[in-house]
Amino acid sequence: MKCQRCEKPATFHITDLVDGEPKELHLCEQCAHTFLSPEEEDASEVIPAMAGLIAQAAVGETAEDLARLDERVCPFCGISFLEFRKQGRLGCPHDYAHFSRELEPLLVNIHGETHHVGKSPRHSVRDAEQQTQLIRLRREMKQAVAGENYERASEIRDEIKSIESARNA
Amino acid sequence: MGLDLNELAQNCGEWLRGTGPEPDIVVSSRVRLARNLAEFPFMAKATEVDRTEIERILRERIDLLKEEERLPRNLTFLDLGELNELDRRFLVERQLISRELAESEGARAVAVDPQEQFSVMVNEEDHLRIQVMRSGLDLQATWDAANRLDDLIEEQVTYAYSDKLGYLTACPTNVGTGARVSVMVHLPALVITRQIDKVFRSLQKISLAVRGLYGEGSQAMGDFYQISNQVTLGLSEEELTKKVADVVPVLLDYERQARDFLVRESQETLHDRVSRAFGILRTAQTITSEETLHLLSSVRLGINLGLIKDVATPTINKLFIHTQPAHLQKLAGMELDSSDRAIERASYLRKHLASGGDGVAEN
Repeated sequence: MKCQRCEKPATFHITDLVDGEPKELHLCEQCAHTFLSPEEEDASEVIPAMAGLIAQAAVGETAEDLARLDERVCPFCGISFLEFRKQGRLGCPHDYAHFSRELEPLLVNIHGETHHVGKSPRHSVRDAEQQTQLIRLRREMKQAVAGENYERASEIRDEIKSIESARNA
Repeated sequence: MGLDLNELAQNCGEWLRGTGPEPDIVVSSRVRLARNLAEFPFMAKATEVDRTEIERILRERIDLLKEEERLPRNLTFLDLGELNELDRRFLVERQLISRELAESEGARAVAVDPQEQFSVMVNEEDHLRIQVMRSGLDLQATWDAANRLDDLIEEQVTYAYSDKLGYLTACPTNVGTGARVSVMVHLPALVITRQIDKVFRSLQKISLAVRGLYGEGSQAMGDFYQISNQVTLGLSEEELTKKVADVVPVLLDYERQARDFLVRESQETLHDRVSRAFGILRTAQTITSEETLHLLSSVRLGINLGLIKDVATPTINKLFIHTQPAHLQKLAGMELDSSDRAIERASYLRKHLASGGDGVAEN
């Protein structure tokens, strides 16, 4: 067999990764040396950091749009979109619904998809409304305790318990 | 039933035993699942009261599973707030917890089984990080085990989940399956032949991530790399596992070609490199962690190419972990500063790599 890059006999049979697909290469010693030595390719394909991705997602929006967007706050956990942009972490599960329009281009950027296709919980599929209700109640209970309104706090605690026990029944 | 960290330090985890397939290149397979409890805020907005409550709930439910013997009874729940810094660093070196969890503040914990095949981190970036590790290339079994553990825990709690986006996570990079499937590979010949960057670029093109030994942001040490899926949404867990599994044979082939090339083209240089590395490790009186990793990598390559015959790969795997700072101090039974560690490390290496010594084959 001849070398694929010159006329000499091929003595090296190399499997190369081209776009993730294995590709057979048959080379002579000299061409193999060249092939196996480092190449000067641009190293720009580094996975961009979250901040970069988010900035990218916001491209096309005006500064005012972005400023208005940044001020949006999740009613459940109190995180603003600006806070999320800065730290790259969301504040609660409800943020995915509250900021869904803003998050969608970001998810496309990261995953190339916006729909889950994997496993789902077998035992604890509850409706989203009940989940957010629990988050709200827990928050209200905390506020009641902070305001020393213990009677209200204990009422909320009972409410949480009744939802949880109905759910676990 | 407690888990004695001093005792744990004496041996090494199942995943380092070199018993799985392709042990010369694939050290271990790992699956990590990120999960959150539906009724609590994520960590960014969780108060200390929330964190304590999350830890309490998870501990209670895991204990219940132990009582019902659906989880091993000897599974131990470690409160990280109660451990000292050395013990926390030891658990990081052992890959049982992440650096982030070790270094963060507030209520946080980890549940670990004595074989170190799985660990469940509580209050890391997500409320739960379920991790399963296996020796060698065994992704299917690793995924199956992680899936079972996830199902068990899920019976006890309500995960944050949406039909559209799947498991909801603190960072949108994990949403969907919440699954990170990875293999830890030793690629010294690709590093020596300077092809490693090219391989990484190819992997990135097919949305696979490459990281160092201790995960995100860590440097590749001793030519060990973690290859994992980048994407978690839009592909099923089986597809993600397959994506990583499919690339491994190509990597193996690539590394072996590079090894063959080194043997054929620069046998003397290679033999010299391996022998010198072995010589230094067996005779040094003081040695840094960095130099040790570098030299152990050459020795590991030498063993796999048949150039060194009186030491086995699992011994080297163990030395990689045991010569790291926290392990050395746990083994010595005292805190040591960096110059004392360098002396202790050299002594430990001499003892375990002594020519024809009996200490060599143990693991």
